[in-house]
Amino acid sequence: MRSVHWIVLAALAASIWASFAFLSLNLGELLTVESRALMWKYVVSFFAPDLSSEYLMRIGQGTLETIAISAIGTALATVLGLLLALPAAGRFGIVARAAARLVLNFLRSIPELVWAALMVMAAGLGPFAGTLALALHTAGVIGRLFAETLENAPAEPAQALRLSGSPRSLAFLYGTMPNVVPQLVAYSLYRWEINIRMAAVLGVVGAGGLGQMLYFSLSLFHQHQALTVIIAMLLLVVIVDGASAWLRQRLVG
Amino acid sequence: MSTKARVFAFRDPAALPRFALTALVILLLWPGFRLTEFDPGLLFDARNREIMGKFISTFFPLATSAEFLQLIWKSTLETLAIATAGMTLALLIAVPLSLMVTRSLSISRIGPGRGLLAGRLLRLPARFILMFFRSIPEIVWALLFVRAVGLGPAAGVLAIGVTYGGMLGKVYSEILESGDTRSTSALLECGGGRLTAFFYGMWPVALPEVVSYTVYRWECAVRASVIMGFVGAGGLGQQMELSMRMLNGGEVSLILLVFLLLVVFADAVSAFLRRVTA
Amino acid sequence: MNIRLDQATLIHANGNRAVNAVSCEIAEGERVAIIGPSGAGKTTLLRLLATALRPTAGSLSVLGVDPWRIGRSALRRLRSRIGMVHQAPPIPPRQRAVTAVLAGRLGQWPLWKGLASLVYPVDIPGARQMLARMEIADKLFERCDQLSGGQLQRVGVARVLYQQPDLLLTDEPVSAVDPALSDRIIGELVREATTRGVTLVASLHAVDLALHWFPRIIGIRGGEIAFDLPPVRVTDAMLKELYASESTVVPTQDNLPLTVQSPGVRRKPMCS
Repeated sequence: MRSVHWIVLAALAASIWASFAFLSLNLGELLTVESRALMWKYVVSFFAPDLSSEYLMRIGQGTLETIAISAIGTALATVLGLLLALPAAGRFGIVARAAARLVLNFLRSIPELVWAALMVMAAGLGPFAGTLALALHTAGVIGRLFAETLENAPAEPAQALRLSGSPRSLAFLYGTMPNVVPQLVAYSLYRWEINIRMAAVLGVVGAGGLGQMLYFSLSLFHQHQALTVIIAMLLLVVIVDGASAWLRQRLVG
Repeated sequence: MSTKARVFAFRDPAALPRFALTALVILLLWPGFRLTEFDPGLLFDARNREIMGKFISTFFPLATSAEFLQLIWKSTLETLAIATAGMTLALLIAVPLSLMVTRSLSISRIGPGRGLLAGRLLRLPARFILMFFRSIPEIVWALLFVRAVGLGPAAGVLAIGVTYGGMLGKVYSEILESGDTRSTSALLECGGGRLTAFFYGMWPVALPEVVSYTVYRWECAVRASVIMGFVGAGGLGQQMELSMRMLNGGEVSLILLVFLLLVVFADAVSAFLRRVTA
Repeated sequence: MNIRLDQATLIHANGNRAVNAVSCEIAEGERVAIIGPSGAGKTTLLRLLATALRPTAGSLSVLGVDPWRIGRSALRRLRSRIGMVHQAPPIPPRQRAVTAVLAGRLGQWPLWKGLASLVYPVDIPGARQMLARMEIADKLFERCDQLSGGQLQRVGVARVLYQQPDLLLTDEPVSAVDPALSDRIIGELVREATTRGVTLVASLHAVDLALHWFPRIIGIRGGEIAFDLPPVRVTDAMLKELYASESTVVPTQDNLPLTVQSPGVRRKPMCS
């Protein structure tokens, strides 16, 4: 071990100690008999989940809403991302490129949940705000990737078409798009997968879907219903994970 | 060529599947617009526009009163502390569980048959716990812990610890299993214990990857701890939520700026740590 | 005059003088082959004619106009009358042959037609006919990454045939094709040029093809015109000198030695 490793280790230990001290946190406190009993009582209060058919219907509705938020949000993001990627790939000059990159970075750096809180203000409570939030953040992510794909796409096909008098727009559609479409589709589907998980929790700030149901049921101390929502979320995440792994294996293999 | 075949040759065979696929996508997306109560008009609704307009108009100048800056400084430190403490907790959860589920560290696997079943029975629940921990999003854990231990950073630390413990545990065991396991099994077969086998067989091989992934997760934890503040788990997020609720644009824009700087800072620290330990 | 180069010079960004003060005139309907060793400036000269490059010095006029003195829309109209067969066909791998061929007329079609063709190919019979002339009509709906190198090259030729340009430029159009087929492809290009009375300028690596099909041969070396003669007056010595830097033998399709007879005697009757 070099001396620099020891320094890093010491710094890490110090920062861990400082963190606990700063938060005046004592993990031991959480393990006292008293607090363990309280914790246990809290956990037990959730059982058993509310499995009445009426509530399950509402869960189904919430799940559909979650999937719809993620799908529409991703679709909007794809369109918006592509519109921003064109200038960001330098197709309309250097000024437009810098401006578009700034916008994309801004959209991307602000987390979905913060966008959701902002959109709840702009469009009111409900799934529409969640859709907009996902669309804005994802547009930033997708737009950047699209811009990179466009910049790396071979230029010759479109140039050749321009040389035979084709207008710029058609040269792009016939010469560049066929090369980049598969990547665009792959990115969008991948982001959709991530967004399903995200859409499930955006509701905690009031942006619709399962998250909003969870927030309501916890606020009203309907623990049994909250557990049902959590189970639904868990299932959704596990199913989406499994489906995407299965699909990827089939597409690659 | 028959007449029918000739006519067919002048028709695009890909047209029908393409149209069908397009129609299917539209058909699937269409109800989505209703389910999400899609209505851009809402953005231009007079009341919403007034609230938003007022809010955005106060974005500049940034809130820079000394008192507020001090508050934000404290929240920023708190966010970093939550991420670091949360990661420590995550490690405490992940390391034992990942050692438990790593198959190549299993002594019973080498035989003779005794304990084979017991080993499997022990691995299964450990695997399940890891999956359970990481499959519930961190913000839901935060929501639950806020109600269990009260508003404040403790809930954030616990939420990060549990979620990231699940993630780290899974990835650690994957790293350990993907590495060259020959020296490990040699040690086990010579009668070495689990920990001996781990420290002498796997540790040196897997260490760089483990460190790099942990550092990357810490970076994610910084972001996550900001976000979890929105449900009351302390740090910058809680401050931002308060400022938003009071429609104080200047404060929100300052916090956003600090958040972006924090992300850049975390990125730099993690890059540095990875370079030093590589 | 269809094409006129006047002291045209092109210096690449790296300082390489690819075309050096070339002057020549090509009349409407003429068929000209450009030969010379690799790196002699054949491709650059063709790209000048295709208005892809702007001459660093000197001037040129193509189809009667100076492309660098007209407005953007006029340049676009001019370009839609120039067809260029590239050495490496610039076709996206995932595009289908039918789309690649139809793209030849994007410069002439109104915008809506180009967009509509993305949804459903607007002129399947037209594309099919051009591919049939290249003997690959059965590949009409195949994706281009499913085609062999030679087939792809022929899709590129079919696209330019479909464009029906007034000036046909070809940059080593048969480099990926076997000799028998090369002959047929060049023959098809020559037939297109003669029946429609348009100008054909082709750069060729195989000297025998050039001598066989073209009534005018321009030899280039070091960015300058070495000779500009009808094939009957191209002598063995001239060719040897032209390719002196490259090898001792003059390149032909199947690398068989070229037998250049004494000047003034017609070697082979022109077909077509």
